Amino acid sequence: MTRTTSKGVISAAMLSVLASTAGAEIGDKLVVNGDLELTVEAPAPAFMADTGIKTIYSGWLFRDPDTQKIEMDDFDNPGMLYVDQGAEMWNTPAGTSNKSCADCHGDATETMAGVRATYPKWNEAAGVVRSLQGQIEFCRTEHQGAEPWKYAKAEINAMEAFISMQSRGMPVNVAIDGPAQSTWEQGREIYYTRYGQLELSCANCHEQNYDHYIRSDHLSQGQINGFPVYRLKDTQLTTASGRFVGCVRDTRAETFKADSAEFTALELYVASRGNGLSVEGVSVRH
Amino acid sequence: MTYTRRTTFKLAFGATVLAALPFSARADAAEDAIAAFTGGATPGTEGITLTAPEIAENGNTVPIDVAAPGAVSILLLATGNPVPDAATFSFGPLAAAQAASTRIRLAKTQTVVAIAKMPDGSFVQASQEVKVTIGGCGG
Amino acid sequence: MDNVTPRVRVPKTASAGEAILIKTLISHPMESGQRKDSDGNIIPREIINRFTCDFNGQNVVDVKMEPAISTNPYLEFQATVPESGTFTFTWYDDDGSVYTDTKDIAVG
Repeated sequence: MTRTTSKGVISAAMLSVLASTAGAEIGDKLVVNGDLELTVEAPAPAFMADTGIKTIYSGWLFRDPDTQKIEMDDFDNPGMLYVDQGAEMWNTPAGTSNKSCADCHGDATETMAGVRATYPKWNEAAGVVRSLQGQIEFCRTEHQGAEPWKYAKAEINAMEAFISMQSRGMPVNVAIDGPAQSTWEQGREIYYTRYGQLELSCANCHEQNYDHYIRSDHLSQGQINGFPVYRLKDTQLTTASGRFVGCVRDTRAETFKADSAEFTALELYVASRGNGLSVEGVSVRH
Repeated sequence: MTYTRRTTFKLAFGATVLAALPFSARADAAEDAIAAFTGGATPGTEGITLTAPEIAENGNTVPIDVAAPGAVSILLLATGNPVPDAATFSFGPLAAAQAASTRIRLAKTQTVVAIAKMPDGSFVQASQEVKVTIGGCGG
Repeated sequence: MDNVTPRVRVPKTASAGEAILIKTLISHPMESGQRKDSDGNIIPREIINRFTCDFNGQNVVDVKMEPAISTNPYLEFQATVPESGTFTFTWYDDDGSVYTDTKDIAVG
């Protein structure tokens, strides 16, 4: 995937949204802290056979080298500030139970390893697909007896970041069959639905035009394996659901809420398009 | 807010003119910041490096490296920002290199300037234009 | 202000006189004083305006910081380590708060 920043490529791209970026350097390596290589390129899941996408790519590959570099060292990555906050919250008692996450779940490096990779996930007891944040909120209100955090806002994002880090390097592996299937199908429906005055679906940009430029922005496949992400623009964490809100808003539509059933379904569907890519823990994007 | 004495003077006595000429006022702000640092001396161009992306994916977090071997201090300026001063690095006896890296905000495409004050009282300057791109969908 | 967390990376050991790379990051909004809230009122400036690094009482770098420095300020620089000792890192907030961190380094 190209991350060429030569003037030629950029100015050519500005002339046309459909300008191709010849000379793409597909296969760049994302190695964190010099020793952990993350999978940023993988064969597309079987269900994507009719999409024209044979290979799935992490959004990291579409960014400029300056942005890429920040994710390659945990010290340089400001997202780790929030991971630290999440770690502290993990051990802090809350609510009427006066219990911390650790009181039930123990050492997160063991109990949370692999969790992020399988969410959103069917919850048998509740009879719904839950996002990771949905599950965190459930624990908080039902088990801790605490006030819910604001979905997709600072506190819960920090907790999601901390939990997500425990799965860094593991392949995304969300289930799309069985009881999750109807939710997954709902998510797929949303993915291909055109929204807003601009009448854009997720697929218009991220399936049909990835690796092209929309104005000066290099379109990725819209993968969410890297979420939560530290966005240099917002200088804070953004979740997949938060990004969906932003994307749909930018089509000039009324959006679903971040914690809506619709966006949880979409999160499951989009996550499944990244099955095989590494969970990046907390990624860095522009 | 940091005002040099010169800009404070202008704000007091030239407010009307400045209000009518916002762009020249802004250019003046960068020039004034440079003059305040150099005392009006003309800087050389050797012995200082400024490394910044030619194109910044986002203007909110732009990585900048400055280095001027032997310098006493280095002033970093974002000439197109409402407040052009970005940082002044003063190096102590235990600085192993007169160099530093940071991340800055650029309000728009503009020239970033670094000026180093050398021990002999002379100044050296480097500059680079950084294009700040605008996201795809109004983002 | 609350919830300001400094992070510093310093090698644990060095040889005498060695130049080492130091990285610092601190969680802080760096409110520039240029932004407006949803009611159109200017959000008052609140930034970290100065950072210093000293080693055993001698200065390494002293940085005057302005609103152009990004949220969660990041600084990277090099220090000479003449002997074993302690680095002291200090950040000064507009509101009068001072945040400090220290790191020991062994020279052997």
